[in-house]
Amino acid sequence: MLLVYCPYCKVERAETEFSCRGEAHIARPSDPSQTSDEDWVHYLYMRSNTKGIYAERWRHIHGCGRFFNAVRDTVSDNFLKFYKAGEPMPDLEALAKEAGK
Amino acid sequence: MSQPFRTEKGGRINRTEQLTFTFDGEELQGHQGDTLASALLANGVHLVGRSFKYHRPRGIVTSGSEEPNALVGIYRHGDQTPNLRATQVELYQGLEAISQNRFPSLGFDVGAVNDLLSPLFPAGFYYKTFMWPKAFWDRVYEPVIRAAAGLGKPPKTPDQDTYGNIYAHCDVLIAGSGPAGLAAALAASETGAKVILCDEQSEFGGSLLSEVSASIDGKDPSEWIAETINKLEQMDNVTLLPRTTAFGYFAHNYLALAERVTEHLPNPDPKLPRERLWQVRAKEVVIASGAIERPMIFPENDRPGIMLAEAGRTYLNRYGVKVGHKVLVAAACDTAWQTAFDLADHGVEVAGIVDLRETPPENLMAIAKARGIRVEAGCMVTGTLGRKRVKAALLGRMMTSGNVASGGQISCDALLMSGGWTPTVSLYSQSRGKVVWDSDKGAYIPGASVQRERSAGASKGLYGLQEVLEDGYAAGEEAAKAAIGKSAKVSYATATGGEAGTGGTLGALPHDRNASRVKAFVDYQNDVTAKDVKLAVREGMQSIEHIKRYTTTGMATDQGRLSNMNALQIASDSLDRPVTDVGLTTFRLPYTPTTFGLFAGVARGDYFDPVRKTPSHDWVVENGGVFEDVGQWKRTWYFPKNGEDMHAAVARECKTVRESVGLFDASTLGKIEVVGPDAAEFLERLYTNPWKKLAPGRCRYGLLLNDAGFITDDGVIGRLAEDRFHVTTTTGGAPSVFATMEDYLQTEWPELDVWITSTTEQYAVAALQGPKARDVLAPFMEGVDLSADALPHMSVKEATFCGVPCRLFRISFTGELGFEINVSRRHGKMMWETLAKEIEKFGGTAYGTESMHVLRAEKGYIIVGQDTDGTVTPQDAGMSWAIGKKKADFVGKRGLDRPDLVADNRKQFVGLLTKDPKVKLEEGAQITTAENPAIGTPADGHVTSSYFSPALDRSIALAIVKNGHALEGKTLYVPMPDGSIPVEVTGPVFYDKEGARLNV
Repeated sequence: MLLVYCPYCKVERAETEFSCRGEAHIARPSDPSQTSDEDWVHYLYMRSNTKGIYAERWRHIHGCGRFFNAVRDTVSDNFLKFYKAGEPMPDLEALAKEAGK
Repeated sequence: MSQPFRTEKGGRINRTEQLTFTFDGEELQGHQGDTLASALLANGVHLVGRSFKYHRPRGIVTSGSEEPNALVGIYRHGDQTPNLRATQVELYQGLEAISQNRFPSLGFDVGAVNDLLSPLFPAGFYYKTFMWPKAFWDRVYEPVIRAAAGLGKPPKTPDQDTYGNIYAHCDVLIAGSGPAGLAAALAASETGAKVILCDEQSEFGGSLLSEVSASIDGKDPSEWIAETINKLEQMDNVTLLPRTTAFGYFAHNYLALAERVTEHLPNPDPKLPRERLWQVRAKEVVIASGAIERPMIFPENDRPGIMLAEAGRTYLNRYGVKVGHKVLVAAACDTAWQTAFDLADHGVEVAGIVDLRETPPENLMAIAKARGIRVEAGCMVTGTLGRKRVKAALLGRMMTSGNVASGGQISCDALLMSGGWTPTVSLYSQSRGKVVWDSDKGAYIPGASVQRERSAGASKGLYGLQEVLEDGYAAGEEAAKAAIGKSAKVSYATATGGEAGTGGTLGALPHDRNASRVKAFVDYQNDVTAKDVKLAVREGMQSIEHIKRYTTTGMATDQGRLSNMNALQIASDSLDRPVTDVGLTTFRLPYTPTTFGLFAGVARGDYFDPVRKTPSHDWVVENGGVFEDVGQWKRTWYFPKNGEDMHAAVARECKTVRESVGLFDASTLGKIEVVGPDAAEFLERLYTNPWKKLAPGRCRYGLLLNDAGFITDDGVIGRLAEDRFHVTTTTGGAPSVFATMEDYLQTEWPELDVWITSTTEQYAVAALQGPKARDVLAPFMEGVDLSADALPHMSVKEATFCGVPCRLFRISFTGELGFEINVSRRHGKMMWETLAKEIEKFGGTAYGTESMHVLRAEKGYIIVGQDTDGTVTPQDAGMSWAIGKKKADFVGKRGLDRPDLVADNRKQFVGLLTKDPKVKLEEGAQITTAENPAIGTPADGHVTSSYFSPALDRSIALAIVKNGHALEGKTLYVPMPDGSIPVEVTGPVFYDKEGARLNV
């Protein structure tokens, strides 16, 4: 069971308090009516499904209820960073290098 | 003497405490401190079971949790727990054990005929044989195979025991308490680190418990163990867990331990659990799981009396049991020699030491000579005699030609073997570490750490007592330093004796027998022979993963700890590729078999899943209502009166609602309070409908899509004030709608000033439906004018019911005049009972979910999830009216414009009327245009709802059908096994199409 850090509560808690909500930084297009079919389908369905360093959304569903983001190595399951929703995506390559990947 | 194989002295058993137990009904004696296995051996019982496939007589092979043969059933609370390893079952007064997989008795087992028929059962036998005819599988093959194969029988009665659960955090978890584990505990605990030391055995000490020839700091190993444990017990920062198996190593240093709390006690305190699951989050882990000995693979290596050499030594030195009176030792390594010497020192006749090596170490030869033990070097066992107990061994001698020549025969009543040692890397492997091949040691040992752990001692291939101790101390120091950043000065104990030996062999031994006729077992528990592994290779299996699955080798309860390395070597030889190329299967959890009870813990019976009850629950029970489960909710299905069946009850309930009044508990509907200056804007963006112009005091049906454009939920939303909405959702959709709202609010539109709160459980809701609803309600309401002008259909008002505050909705899911009264949950029972009594005056009735379904279907109201399936758009459902045409955006709007969603041939929501009004369609039935479509014809749609309508006195159905809206009046078919049913496509509204009954 993973250990997840909530950047709002500032605590590390067991995975059972959280729910994972898939890839992070998939923004809803700001003007859907001006978005092409292709781009809309991409927004709806296409995910990178990375083997390796991956930014994903988590929610502290049985805690504060807040959504936040985490960078996880999907191979080792190790988290490299936790950050609040709205903060920019960190440099994944730099994080990977730091973690010795 | 009742225990003919008990030694005169020695061992850790309490000889003054005699225990009586039974095995297959026979009364036997043992001592406190025995395991069932050691007590049976003390009585000369080696035959303890029959093998899985061939029903061959089998005896105890090991002294540990890897035991493949000695699986027994133990009676407790009048039922037996099957497949317990006799080597782990601690003896207590009155213990009742039975052998398994034999009929009619262990001594005479008719299944043993399989052994003679064994040429018929090669590897992959089941795959090859029971292919056809298909129908035979259920009726013939499976019952017969199940009766003949298998191990123990499952218990027949519910588990009488209770199981505990505990969460723990520690700085250093040490798995295993042999010399490495104890040293690690001493070193780690000295720093003040919080340490948990667990061991699967009843006593701490591991291999030291059977060590008598070495000494530590000049003391007997047993004395050093006692001092060490005593010291650790005094420390507040140390938790000692004997009888506790670390069976699972999960991500982020989360480990699961199974503690056997009372199983070893004759009369345990009933308040104590049988087992306790420890869920431990450890900062650092020391794996000190030791090593186990490998069997030698020679023909007939499975007869009772053939055991591992170290097991023989353990039974002798720890339990005071001689495994035989005339013992032959067959080995390829030094350690087995010590067993022979220890046996000789206890006066046991050693029939000889047969060593595969041409030149065993001189010092050992000298000791053997001094004790007068016959040594056969460069020899191997090529077969054994004796059916229920080994009687003699056939010897072979390796010739310079590479062939084996017969070397005569030696009689014995026990044969101890050792092919060398295999480090136990299971936990390391579970931690996702990759083992690496050490060619010097001829073993796989832990490679780099993936998690915060390190292996110590024999589990990483160190065998000399001194180096194991040093490694243990170092591992403990390192773990504590990593966990808490502290070091402490610990003086290392020094060992004398217990040097690491040399030698070892892998794979099948050569022999001079007819290879096609003899069985040399690799995996005892699954009856896999060397021949089976070779056959698998011949039939094309190359990877060990395939060989494992084809032959089932390594799939025993020990996860192949005993068999894997030999199987690998045999496969490697057959493939003519180095062993490292064959691969190694991954060790999975659990490390040893673990009870379902341990995992279930207290989550049994009423605690298995929470039950959510509505305020009417008690009243419904008293009034004979029938419940159905809707998720975790208990909802009333129908209220049978005077012996009615469901059909009659539903017909009466529906008729009463349409003619008079009905009362329905709607408390399970999801309710979300949406509050804030931007509440209307928020709903505007989320739901398809327009909300900004909805006046306070009014309601609107809301439709929720996902961004793909498909319907995900619906419900009536009431506006209580400019900045306050009462949102209702479907019963099942409540959590997901709430999560969706939070998601958009937090991540897409954080600028909106809106607060949302789930209020599903804060309100009790009673629905009054029917022409008399207003009359029933009126006497109890204050602060509201119930007239149609003041409170029209789709309005909401805050008022009081019987003096308690309520939110009164005028809404309908039946097509009749309807009210839904929301009061605080604690007043729900009062409200329900008040209304239930009042409706009697009007000839009204309480009704359940089945009638609710019928009534809404008569009106063509959809149920999301029943009439929709996640691919239905508002247009498909005929609900384009619910879409705010002028809205620039809402969730799902863009999705609805996608080409596939506006294309022709979409499945659309329609009504169906069978040509024969008495025929009711099956929900889920397929719909076709052809009356008798050819097999393989795709369906044009399916029936989503189907009922008998009391109001129409005929069957009705709802469906989604390709181009359904254009097919109104056309005939389609529902092909069923008894023939095709013709149906007419209609609109989905069957009753009161104008809605006149709503607006009264």
